[in-house]
Amino acid sequence: MTDSKYFTTTKKGEIFELKAELNSDKKEKKKEAVKKVIASMTVGKDVSALFPDVVNCMQTDNLELKKLVYLYLMNYAKSQPDMAIMAVNTFVKDCEDPNPLIRALAVRTMGCIRVDKITEYLCEPLRKCLKDEDPYVRKTAAVCVAKLHDINAQLVEDQGFLDTLKDLISDSNPMVVANAVAALSEIAESHPSSNLLDLNPQSINKLLTALNECTEWGQIFILDCLANYMPKDDREAQSICERVTPRLSHANSAVVLSAVKVLMKFMEMLSKDLDYYGTLLKKLAPPLVTLLSAEPELQYVALRNINLIVQKRPEILKHEMKVFFVKYNDPIYVKLEKLDIMIRLASQANIAQVLAELKEYATEVDVDFVRKAVRAIGRCAIKVEQSAERCVSTLLDLIQTKVNYVVQEAIVVIKDIFRKYPNKYESVIATLCENLDSLDEPEARAAMIWIVGEYAERIDNADELLESFLEGFHDESTQVQLQLLTAIVKLFLKKPTETQELVQQVLSLATQDSDNPDLRDRGYIYWRLLSTDPVAAKEVVLAEKPLISEETDLIEPTLLDELICYIGTLASVYHKPPSAFVEGSRGVVHKGLPPRTGSIESPESPDTAPAGGPAADQPAVIPTQGDLLGDLLNLDLGPPVSGPPMATSTVQMGAVDLLGGGLDTLIGGSGSFTAAPSTTAATNVGAALGSGLGDLFDLTGGVGTLSGSYVAPKTVWLPAMKAKGLEISGTFSRQVGSISMDLVLTNKALQVMSDFAIQFNRNSFGLAPAAPLQVHAPLAPNQSVEISLPLNTVGSVMKMDPLNNLQVAVKNNIDVFYFSTLYPLHILFVEDGKMERQMFLATWKDIPNENETQFQIKDCSLSADAVSSKLQGSNIFTIAKRNVEGQDMLYQSLKLTNGIWVLAELRIQPSNPSFMDLELSLKCRAPEVSQYIYQAYETILKN
Amino acid sequence: MIHSLFLINCSGDIFLEKHWKSVVSQSVCDYFFEAQEKAIDVENVPPVISTPHHYLISIYRDKIFFVSVIQTEVPPLFVIEFLHRVADTFQDYFGECSETAIKDNVVIVYELLEEMLDNGFPLATESNILKELIKPPTILRSVVNSITGSSNVGDTLPTGQLSNIPWRRAGVKYTNNEAYFDVIEEIDAIIDKSGSTVFAEIQGVIDSCIKLSGMPDLSLSFMNPRLLDDVSFHPCIRFKRWESERVLSFIPPDGNFRLISYRVSSQNLVAIPVYVKHMISFKENTSSGRFDVTIGPKQNMGKTVEGVVMTVHMPKAVLNMNLTATQGSYTFDPVTKVLTWDVGKITPQKLPNLKGMVNLQSGAPKPEENPSLNIQFKIQQLAISGLKVNRLDMYGEKYKPFKGVKYITKAGKFQVRT
Repeated sequence: MTDSKYFTTTKKGEIFELKAELNSDKKEKKKEAVKKVIASMTVGKDVSALFPDVVNCMQTDNLELKKLVYLYLMNYAKSQPDMAIMAVNTFVKDCEDPNPLIRALAVRTMGCIRVDKITEYLCEPLRKCLKDEDPYVRKTAAVCVAKLHDINAQLVEDQGFLDTLKDLISDSNPMVVANAVAALSEIAESHPSSNLLDLNPQSINKLLTALNECTEWGQIFILDCLANYMPKDDREAQSICERVTPRLSHANSAVVLSAVKVLMKFMEMLSKDLDYYGTLLKKLAPPLVTLLSAEPELQYVALRNINLIVQKRPEILKHEMKVFFVKYNDPIYVKLEKLDIMIRLASQANIAQVLAELKEYATEVDVDFVRKAVRAIGRCAIKVEQSAERCVSTLLDLIQTKVNYVVQEAIVVIKDIFRKYPNKYESVIATLCENLDSLDEPEARAAMIWIVGEYAERIDNADELLESFLEGFHDESTQVQLQLLTAIVKLFLKKPTETQELVQQVLSLATQDSDNPDLRDRGYIYWRLLSTDPVAAKEVVLAEKPLISEETDLIEPTLLDELICYIGTLASVYHKPPSAFVEGSRGVVHKGLPPRTGSIESPESPDTAPAGGPAADQPAVIPTQGDLLGDLLNLDLGPPVSGPPMATSTVQMGAVDLLGGGLDTLIGGSGSFTAAPSTTAATNVGAALGSGLGDLFDLTGGVGTLSGSYVAPKTVWLPAMKAKGLEISGTFSRQVGSISMDLVLTNKALQVMSDFAIQFNRNSFGLAPAAPLQVHAPLAPNQSVEISLPLNTVGSVMKMDPLNNLQVAVKNNIDVFYFSTLYPLHILFVEDGKMERQMFLATWKDIPNENETQFQIKDCSLSADAVSSKLQGSNIFTIAKRNVEGQDMLYQSLKLTNGIWVLAELRIQPSNPSFMDLELSLKCRAPEVSQYIYQAYETILKN
Repeated sequence: MIHSLFLINCSGDIFLEKHWKSVVSQSVCDYFFEAQEKAIDVENVPPVISTPHHYLISIYRDKIFFVSVIQTEVPPLFVIEFLHRVADTFQDYFGECSETAIKDNVVIVYELLEEMLDNGFPLATESNILKELIKPPTILRSVVNSITGSSNVGDTLPTGQLSNIPWRRAGVKYTNNEAYFDVIEEIDAIIDKSGSTVFAEIQGVIDSCIKLSGMPDLSLSFMNPRLLDDVSFHPCIRFKRWESERVLSFIPPDGNFRLISYRVSSQNLVAIPVYVKHMISFKENTSSGRFDVTIGPKQNMGKTVEGVVMTVHMPKAVLNMNLTATQGSYTFDPVTKVLTWDVGKITPQKLPNLKGMVNLQSGAPKPEENPSLNIQFKIQQLAISGLKVNRLDMYGEKYKPFKGVKYITKAGKFQVRT
């Protein structure tokens, strides 16, 4: 006697037979028939034709039959809305039944019938049930409000059910509270703007009380709701944490994880010095580890969340490395996640164990897992410097196995190791080259090509190796093609004589025979670089590459903070904020961690994180997507980079210049490139390359003559480390009477910067910004902007020491930063600084001799005339020139912005055939400036 | 919240579907089948799959996939826990959670699912409450029902549903009052080639069978409660009491339930009761290899190690194995490449040994991977962590119950690398 008998009637007149049975007088037969109907329904068979007959069975005292009919109704009412009305009376009557079970059942079922006409009748019974004396009915009614809202939101609002629901949060029965919270949360999800769950300390207290007494599922709802609350200070945060902590020992893993979410979020508000903070950290580890002994599906979700938690607070699990060791019969999705966390937890203390494990995994059967294990070895090398050597030798061992995919993965990671530790492990290149032929995956091929290009000077047959790749150029993937192009250009710049042909070949392949715009663009840019300015080409292409950061694929801190608020949810599994994948127009409120409140901490404390998140003490990571510049500079292969500030900034300037100048030439001079590439390009290549080569060999010819005042190259004034990721470099210039401060602002943080402003402290010459600092668009991470800030000298004056010291304050949306810099005095030399000869003589005599100071400028390679014209460019005017005993004497004058005249006598005496020694005598009424004038002379003449 | 549930068997048939909100078409499962195909092995199907309009969260239990469909942001653990609870309930009601059992009881299954979830919100998941609402099928009852016309659906509100102790129903009566506790410990360990322990921990549980009348209030104390620093409790346990006195104080549910589960790690504490000597090698050109494994007792506190079974996933290239066992019997499945050796009891005087030749596919390269040995064993009357129950006291009722504690240690995920 089992239910399988219900499936056996598969004859033709099945529906007809059922119809007859449903209309039978015998109760028992009716029930059996309804069961048959339900059985058919469960397997997706369409039994909707029986609707009126089934509904007729509804008027019964038999609860089982009633439930079965209700089940049927819920499934089919939508398809037969007119018929469904027939059921309404019975529902309304049942809502008045003395048995609470029946009342609840009726209201529950009505809510599930998604027919507008029925919902109209539902309102009154629902209102009654929400105030029912029996909590079982109330809790069922609470959920029913959510159902109704889903069908007709407006109706729910009009009927005031939302307020009744809010009142239920204060219900005496914890289960009612939990269901009210669950219903409100669901409604709130579709109305992010509404303040349905406007929590205050009183309602929080009620929730916390209910938390202890309701079922496990109710606890999850309440905890998730608590997580959205923002405590007003750290004391309140702590008291909530204290009351949530016992949930960590719950047997239901979802309760545990929701509790972890609340704690992780509120911990943010607690001071790290607090004893309680440490206790809490200790309490978090065991439950997380326990989750890993559960079923594999639970483990998977737990691991995805632990991955977030170890990034946010690595200290919690730092001693628990071993629980993440992979068991061979773990499902693959668990294995891969465990591996990820192992690397995150790897440190000097446990690296030996980790490496031994990884090596073990590299011999397993599953290809995906083995690959990831090999990659993990590389990541360990990069993360823990002390282990690098061991990692490299492990990788070499693995290469010796000759297992194809192992070798390829190993080569990919070795490339990263080269990047991280330049000039340390290049001895293994020979071994790598042996495996060249076995590489068939684009990533591995690209990595190998990068290595060959990068170390072309150490590999004797680099040209042969690259040439062998070039043969099948068009069959390669874009990644390999780009890499090959760059590698050959590098090779050419390193060994220009032997590889001309090769580089021509690859450039024409890339620019003429390829349909890929990236490849063509890169080809053209290299081409132009090589043809216009090979020196620049060398600087750009062979520029020192920024080191790769220790931690790869870390989640960007602001996203991480947001995800921490979503622990336990789908967002935490996908590591994406809900806005990125939640369907439809439902707006999503971005959540953020609460700022640390400072009732205990002093605001000056250096480790106080700025509001909005502890961006400053996170390792700087640049997001994975390679930007165009990085791409151009051949940084595309590696994992995200965080480079030393200097290198990146100069490199980027170079690239910007290149684009400006290069494009001009393309459009103007060498327009034939684009106009008719097929016919003329070939000859053009030769010509262009020829001149390129000439330039390359004539390194000194490239120094251009400067027009206008001498401008020193930009130097870093404010390193990013000191300014929460903002790096400022700059210089001063003077052009046609106006002084400007040329700045490059680079955002090396991970958040967007905006609202820039600048201010100067009072200084010796009253320098002040003539206009506000205008940065038009917010500065995105990894971006930089060049600004020329006009200055005037009408600011307030205060004598500084040294005299040319300038203290600057720069503000952005993150903080205010201070730095000081020295400006060269020649920016203050005014254009009308030429004195009349007579005047000069008179003044020279007039200034007392004790005001005269003498300086030596050694080894200047310029002749008297050259000196004179160069100085004139910077507003130092030669008034007279004499030749005394074979030595040139120049008499010069200059005027500072504040009207101080300085007179100079410059004696040029040859020290050896090609260099001169200059002797500078300065006379000035304010002798303290002489020192700085001399410095200005020296910088102008030496550059 | 949980929208729909599909039950799918290993051959990919959807044999049951249940919708708690609007009906979701079966075609949504195609995404699941796709993932299943990609995973090759049924156990490797990822538990969370996203589709254009829904998310599929699934568990795999007893050869059945429980695939739930959700549409909004729901904690996946909540769904997974719930699905396991559904499977537990089927197990509880029908004695097994199988396709046949579910098909045989499809109406009860449907009634249960309806009772467990309302609009996607869990309603009643405690077995005690469910059993009051829907009586489990018994042969006797179905006979009685068919004669008297009564139903197996309870028509009164379950008592536990709203009380502060939802896990216990009122009015429990037994003629023999008994309380049994099973302390079961499983050793999870990874032993490396050389025999040293890479990783070991103990997963312990105390499963209880309580048949006591009325509303007994129990407290269970341990000789060495310090061992338990990472514990998960059944909701009946008073957490405060444990925090302050390290005593488990609770009003128990009626019948079988898991009182606590705990974890003991810290390598030094975990005794490894067996050792394995192994020599597995494959020769390069002869397409054969040698296999020699001996299992012996170690740190077993004077107790006998029994129920020993070793399973090995041999590399794909292995065609057949020609072995001799000094004790027990072995089988090798040439399709799945799984070697199973049922050893039985270990007697220290004569250690069980299995050795012989391995035949490889001719021409295939020497297998790179080293097979891991998976060992199962059992030790009666011993909790390997040393945990000992001190005493059980009962308050609130007058009778004297019969009390019993049993200890057992088993291998959990116990693997030896070669």
